[in-house]
Amino acid sequence: MGGTGSLPACLYPPDIKMVKSARPYIYLLLMLALALLLSVAVGAVFIPPGVVARMLTSLLSGANLPADLPQSYSAIVYQIRLPHTALIALAGAALAGSGAVYQGVFRNPLADPYLIGVASGAGLGAVIGLALRAPAEWGGLFTVPIAAFIGALLTISIVYNLARVGRSVPTTTLILAGVAVSAFATSLSSFLMLRSNEELRRAFSWQLGGAIMGGWTPVWAMLPYIAVGLILIVLSGHTLNVMQFGEEQAQQLGLPVERAKLALILAASLTTAAAVAFAGIIGFIGLIVPHLVRFTWGPDYRHLVPLSIIGGSIALLLADILARVVLAPQTLPVGIVTALAGAPFFLWILRRAKDQAYF
Amino acid sequence: MLDIRSLNVSYNGKDILHDVSLHVAAGEILAVIGPNGAGKTTLIRAISGVLPPRSGQIWVDGIDLAGLSAIQRARYLAVVPQARQLPAAFTVYQSVLLGRTPYLGWLGRAGKTDHSIVERSLAQTHLTGLAERRVGELSGGEQQRILLARALAQGTPILLLDEPTTHLDMEHQSSFLNLVHSLASQKKLAVLLVLHDLNLAGLYADQVALLVDGRNHSIGAPADVLTAKNLSAVYHVPVNVVPHPDYGTPLVLPDGRINTVETQAPKKIA
Repeated sequence: MGGTGSLPACLYPPDIKMVKSARPYIYLLLMLALALLLSVAVGAVFIPPGVVARMLTSLLSGANLPADLPQSYSAIVYQIRLPHTALIALAGAALAGSGAVYQGVFRNPLADPYLIGVASGAGLGAVIGLALRAPAEWGGLFTVPIAAFIGALLTISIVYNLARVGRSVPTTTLILAGVAVSAFATSLSSFLMLRSNEELRRAFSWQLGGAIMGGWTPVWAMLPYIAVGLILIVLSGHTLNVMQFGEEQAQQLGLPVERAKLALILAASLTTAAAVAFAGIIGFIGLIVPHLVRFTWGPDYRHLVPLSIIGGSIALLLADILARVVLAPQTLPVGIVTALAGAPFFLWILRRAKDQAYF
Repeated sequence: MLDIRSLNVSYNGKDILHDVSLHVAAGEILAVIGPNGAGKTTLIRAISGVLPPRSGQIWVDGIDLAGLSAIQRARYLAVVPQARQLPAAFTVYQSVLLGRTPYLGWLGRAGKTDHSIVERSLAQTHLTGLAERRVGELSGGEQQRILLARALAQGTPILLLDEPTTHLDMEHQSSFLNLVHSLASQKKLAVLLVLHDLNLAGLYADQVALLVDGRNHSIGAPADVLTAKNLSAVYHVPVNVVPHPDYGTPLVLPDGRINTVETQAPKKIA
């Protein structure tokens, strides 16, 4: 042996550049601004993006609604579309960011909060939280995300321990364990929903990624969890880079591996759970977005994680716009759109990722 | 420099190393040899802290490593693993820069000193021209040099190498070991080198430790350890040891081909 071929061929085009300037961030932030405008503009009543932009600037500067616009715009934009858009943008950021982290921690290209079962586990936690029915609305707003977080952590520890072979987590066993545990959690959720009252039946549409609560309440309720989780994972890029050498080498390079792994899984699971608790179970965003970022800007996690977070917002906003437009006036659960786009992508990655050492 | 005293290591409930004691001085190469399953790789894992020993001590310059955290330990010893697990999409420069991890802190912010150390390590391992290439595009020999450069960037007084030449061809084996040899004497590194190839051990090591079933079998100068008697007892095959024509170091030849054993008297080496 020896010579070439001891590592699988690069999945990436050899000429891609490492991130050395702010340019990728500028591109993505511009795209995010466009996606946000479009998301607020599109709906039963179309509001031109220019008008939306004017309304947003007046909102930010604390002024009143520009006088020449119909009064109904105020309610539509400020009370319905803007909070919905914020919710979707936060959920997309959370799912893509935690997807990038799971891929890095498990050194597994197919790790996605949905595919490894964390999202379904969080969903089960959320359903149990709803079933416990904290009477006041605000009570529910606290119990549901916490229950989702517990569900997410239980699932990830079960899946990880089932899938682990020695100190590595092979692609296939991770996905198999994820699918099995996920199916179990989903069935349990369905069972709970079917045997109980109306309140929980609404959770059905939520589970497919239809936000059930309108208005700003869910946005403010999910924001603290997502903010804490995302800040933690953005700061962990270097740690994830070191972990790409494998746990043994990472420790020999001076990384306290067990502690780092635990902290990263906690942060990613908190972020996922908050997204699931308020936006439902949405698959594949955490898979597609980090890979697209890798293809375009390389594997350095110090940039991969923040770029994936911005990209996740963009991707989920676009999927959500599609979900609202395709069968208008009916709205599809956004999870259906992401799965339609994501499942073929998943198969493509599966074909290419014959060896997990490729990134 | 590196002082290992009565090390006992178990893994999965099985005792792998029994009472192993070794000493490597600065500027010296100690080759650890032994049959498969002798515990050579376990020894490296134990010294580097991946597998904590059941009992025994590891001292570096009068400091007991047992009390140190991963980050402190990584400032004393660097490991060159077998080139099997390198992230293929990283660049060479990036991979070597991660050798600075024990000095970088959580965010991994590298300063001027770190970059100049990385550049020096790349130059010492003849990788400067490949710095911006991706690891996955390079040959096995180049990848092994990346791991050596990363270990040098770690700036430790001790290097542990785990069968670094196993997957290399003859040219790359000798160029790699020449590099290690010259670095050991120039930078006064204490090098513990696990080797499969007995002849390379004879050629490059100042001392050889023969490990059998997790125990010290013999330790000393290559000519004293690499003897026909030791090796045929340990590897269960007849061997013949002759002096290297140029260096006089022991050269191990397979022996015992059927028909020759009975007709030819065993030769003595000088």
